[in-house]
Amino acid sequence: MAAAGPLRDVAIVAFGQSDHTRTSDEHSEVEMLMPVLHDVLARTGLKTSDIGFTCSGSSDYLAGRAFSFTMALDGVGAWPPISESHVEMDGAWALYEAWVKILTGEVDTALVYSYGKSSPGPVRDVLTRQLDPYYVAPLWPDSVALAALQAQALIDAGETDEAALAGVAARSRESALANSHAQVRGARPQGDYLVRPLRTGDVPPVGDGAAAVILAAGDRARELCERPAWIRGMDHRIEAHSLGVRDLTDSPSARLAAEKAGAFQRPVDTAELHAPFSSQEVVLRKALRLGDEVTVNPSGGALAANPMMAAGLIRLGEAAARVQRGESDRALAHATSGPCLQQNLVAVLEGEAR
Amino acid sequence: MPEVLKAPLIVEFPFTRSLGPVQSAFLTGLRERTVLGVRTSAGKVLVPPVEYDPVTAEEIRDLVEVGATGTVTTWAWNHEPRPGQPLDTPFAWVLVELDGADTALLHALDAEGPDSVRTGMRVRVRWAAERTGTIKDIACFEPYDGEQQAQPRPHGGEFEDAVTGIVAPARLDYTYSPGRAQTGYINALAEQRAVGQRCPSCRKVYVPPRGACPTCGVATDEQVEVGPAGTVTTYCIVNIKAKNLDIEVPYVYAHIALDGADLALHGRIAGIPYDQVRMGLRVEPVWREGGRYPDHYRPTGEPDADYETYKELI
Repeated sequence: MAAAGPLRDVAIVAFGQSDHTRTSDEHSEVEMLMPVLHDVLARTGLKTSDIGFTCSGSSDYLAGRAFSFTMALDGVGAWPPISESHVEMDGAWALYEAWVKILTGEVDTALVYSYGKSSPGPVRDVLTRQLDPYYVAPLWPDSVALAALQAQALIDAGETDEAALAGVAARSRESALANSHAQVRGARPQGDYLVRPLRTGDVPPVGDGAAAVILAAGDRARELCERPAWIRGMDHRIEAHSLGVRDLTDSPSARLAAEKAGAFQRPVDTAELHAPFSSQEVVLRKALRLGDEVTVNPSGGALAANPMMAAGLIRLGEAAARVQRGESDRALAHATSGPCLQQNLVAVLEGEAR
Repeated sequence: MPEVLKAPLIVEFPFTRSLGPVQSAFLTGLRERTVLGVRTSAGKVLVPPVEYDPVTAEEIRDLVEVGATGTVTTWAWNHEPRPGQPLDTPFAWVLVELDGADTALLHALDAEGPDSVRTGMRVRVRWAAERTGTIKDIACFEPYDGEQQAQPRPHGGEFEDAVTGIVAPARLDYTYSPGRAQTGYINALAEQRAVGQRCPSCRKVYVPPRGACPTCGVATDEQVEVGPAGTVTTYCIVNIKAKNLDIEVPYVYAHIALDGADLALHGRIAGIPYDQVRMGLRVEPVWREGGRYPDHYRPTGEPDADYETYKELI
């Protein structure tokens, strides 16, 4: 029996993002975010008061600014009180919450946004604070070190080698030449080891940025967008938190999320993968069964711009934008969170036949 | 546009965490140079041990002792150790499957260089000289020649003076910038002036400005000088002495709407007995020599403001 589709037709009807930059000292979070919110509202002609539900994703740890997410709400125009929620995760999970809210029938439109300012802090160290606080966090294993352990496991298993990883990095940044928002555009030397076997080129840039998406249901979506990117399925799954319990060369959670999202029912033509490290693309291609005929990360992906908490939402937005432009008919979008692809979200987006 | 302000910001917490029975036995065991694992109902030995089976979620309590020697399952060479990491000289991050365990433990391996490390190499625990019942009781791993040791042995997990909690210090160093709007506000305060920003849409003046109008969701970029005097819109009497605060209680903390502002800010009221402060009281800022913000507000001596003039700002 074929899996039933979602309860309602819901689509991404608009996507906007900031330019992603190494620093953004002159802007507070809300100052960085506001132009992006205005951009997606302008694309649909909607006002804040037209939006049924607003959901955001961010983490105060990145910039060390307590309650930044409440101040970011000033940029939405949250008074008189709006229906609103926040996740301390990538905005892709905020999009998931907003999608479920629309599926319940309670609202027909939603605004989803996320932002991250990594420049004020040591992001490699900041991310250690999300790890198991008893056995792991006291050792301060930084995000690059954990990804390097995964990369070495892949090399040992014969799944990749340094040359192949360099190829992923070069292809991603080459693709980013077509993406004016990206932080690293154009291939560059792989550089020295940061944590061996990962070189500078295998690692995402550290930077600041924001993104926003508008969701709408049914005919409302058709009014707001010429070719809505319909969400045919979406699911997210998590793996055991202890790294030593997992097979780091595989991602059963990504595969299961893809299966539940219906990704394997028919081939996709495009995939936007949230693989901050080149080695993680290797894991995801296998888990998500993506062959060479699939266009992977035409935006350049997270290796070209990785604003924390927004880079996953951007994958959904970039995939949707390609559907809207008619460059894709069926796209897979993936977001990740945690060390070594610990949590994974997969969505399948489609355009209607032209 | 003047440069935005920046300042060092240190976020530092000593996180105090209590331990479950399995975590307590494991960390107490490390203090006693004993490595414990926990056996799942499927027979797998998890090291480090957890309270709940990662597959079935059932509570697991079947403790076993495993070896202090093991095999590297993956590694990564860290030539530039970062603050807080186990070694301050170049080392390898390793996942180590200890002899008798079916899962791997993350730690550091003290080795000569990347060429001396490989997956499958044998290692053993180097115990810390002083052990208190934390994961850092393992100082690191070191290369070891011996063959794989015996099978896991049952262990009751009983130790004298078991560790029941850990204190994990955490410190992160930031360079904080408040952005354009608040930089303008803070710079003006240093000149003993108060400036807000006006919303281009609803014309409200926000003090202190945060760069956006929360009603209209648009940038507030027109700078407006407000005050210096203002009106107490509401207040409270503080009777609790705050740590490190050199102010006698009771004192009054108030919301003050500066003249020209559409949002009240907070300030302490002094120069008047605490029980005579009232809504509508007219106040002005008092600056200390070299102070970058008003120390407190005191009565101006003007007649009280009419309720109608500030009721929307309460």
